[in-house]
Amino acid sequence: MDEFASAFQAAFQLIVSLDSNLFEIVSLSLQVSLSAVLIASLIGLPLGAALVLFTFPGKRGLVVMLNALMGLPPVVVGLILYLLLSRSGPLGVLGLLFTPTAMIIAQVILITPIIAALTRQVVQELWSEYREQLMSLGCSPSCAIRTLLWDGRFSLITTVLAGFGRASAEVGAVMIVGGNIDHVTRVMTTAIALEVSKGDLALALGLGIILLSLSLGINATAFLLGEFAKKRIGA
Amino acid sequence: MTEIRSILPLSVNGLCFEARGKRLVKEATFKIEAGSRTMVLGANGAGKSLLLRLCHGLLDPAQGTVSWNGDVSFSKAVRARQAMVFQRPVMLRRTALANIEYALKLQGVEKAERADRAYSVLKRVGLGRLADQPARVLSFGEQQRLAMARAWAIRPEVLFLDEPSASLDPSATHSIEESITAIAEEGATIIMTTHDLGQAKRLGTDVMFLHRGRILEQANASDFFAGPKNDLAQAFLRGDLLWWKRKAPYPGGGIEAQKI
Ligand SMILES: Nc1ncnc2c1ncn2[C@@H]1O[C@H](COP(=O)(O)OP(=O)(O)OP(=O)(O)O)[C@@H](O)[C@H]1O
Ligand SMILES: [Mg+2]
Repeated sequence: MDEFASAFQAAFQLIVSLDSNLFEIVSLSLQVSLSAVLIASLIGLPLGAALVLFTFPGKRGLVVMLNALMGLPPVVVGLILYLLLSRSGPLGVLGLLFTPTAMIIAQVILITPIIAALTRQVVQELWSEYREQLMSLGCSPSCAIRTLLWDGRFSLITTVLAGFGRASAEVGAVMIVGGNIDHVTRVMTTAIALEVSKGDLALALGLGIILLSLSLGINATAFLLGEFAKKRIGA
Repeated sequence: MTEIRSILPLSVNGLCFEARGKRLVKEATFKIEAGSRTMVLGANGAGKSLLLRLCHGLLDPAQGTVSWNGDVSFSKAVRARQAMVFQRPVMLRRTALANIEYALKLQGVEKAERADRAYSVLKRVGLGRLADQPARVLSFGEQQRLAMARAWAIRPEVLFLDEPSASLDPSATHSIEESITAIAEEGATIIMTTHDLGQAKRLGTDVMFLHRGRILEQANASDFFAGPKNDLAQAFLRGDLLWWKRKAPYPGGGIEAQKI
């Protein structure tokens, strides 16, 4: 119990003193996850909307696959990506294994299906309401995609936040393809795993507290956005 | 905006619509000339809304053609010169004013001009003070008037109105009718449905009576209201259509009816 309390104290000490090691890990985590969310959104938002607006052969299959990919086990993604990126693998020449880029790729693979599938749901609902009105006004499919993404903006931000939450909390895939190398690819989740196994509870707890606050912050933001949207645009 | 060729007359030929294996619009054939105001009348479920949607190109017919001055393809130019106000207003998640600006943008109206034009038409339907309110928090009747303003702002050559005053209070109904008259005077051709026979009388130049998906009578408004030829239309005007049933399924021309 004493050990626990002193670990807590040390953790707060690290956070308050802006410990450089801790700061480095947090900032790399944010860089990786924010990049991944940005890329996944650029793919997932239009993809989700296009799945509603366009019909093409194999569309149902794609939707089913997308929903299945939402539950993709991170370690399996890490493993496959590892095989692709390892020196003897097909993409080995790129030399990406054990770099932050590899971690970003892993997170993009994990959260793009989530963003695309949730976007599809939001846009589908809006489209069934808007379809005739937009057709009547002469809105082309690409115009409709833009309109639907804009009008669904508050729900979609929540979707993107959910993606960010999953990306920043993920440990299996980034551990495998990043390698948890100090000062290079060590992020919050992998550092926590390592520090706990080493018995350095202070750093692990400090990072845990930050990770937890981040996730609380995301959820609070999503909730407040929903309230704001109701008031502001009657969504 | 180089195309000035009129999209009228509208010629509808042998138009049929089916859903779930049921024929809901049956062999509609009619012609609508520029400058007319056609009232589509009929009981609930007669197929009035479907007919309007078919003419506006929102539904694909099972058979038959809808021809806008010879154009059967609903080209972009044809679409751009029509507007429709739906029975249930559909409001985008923006302010009242932005809803109209959106429609103007799709019409290719310059950005500088949009706000002024949107606001002036909003004032004409009596919603000027609600310009900055989110459209979706407006009352149903206000939304209906906003939908009307949005259609008006486009300055369409043909305006479809599906029960534009269905849930309006008497004074709002009066002002909507004034708007419709004003739009018609600006040169628009009106095709509308209504359950308000007084309104149909006040606004219509022509009447089309629909019963179970079939057009049973087309006449100019004064003839129709003086006494329709079709007995189901007569019953409809008297307000007791529901008590009538067909004796024989539409033999050739005339329809026989009998009180049950
Ligand atoms: N997509 C659809 N699938 C099946 N039936 C439909 C569909 N759309 C409309 N109908 C049916 O077609 C008939 C005509 O519908 P429509 O909406 O045109 O009636 P209406 O004359 O406008 O009635 P109201 O006065 O109540 O507005 C109704 O019986 C309706 O149930
Ligand atoms: Mg209707």
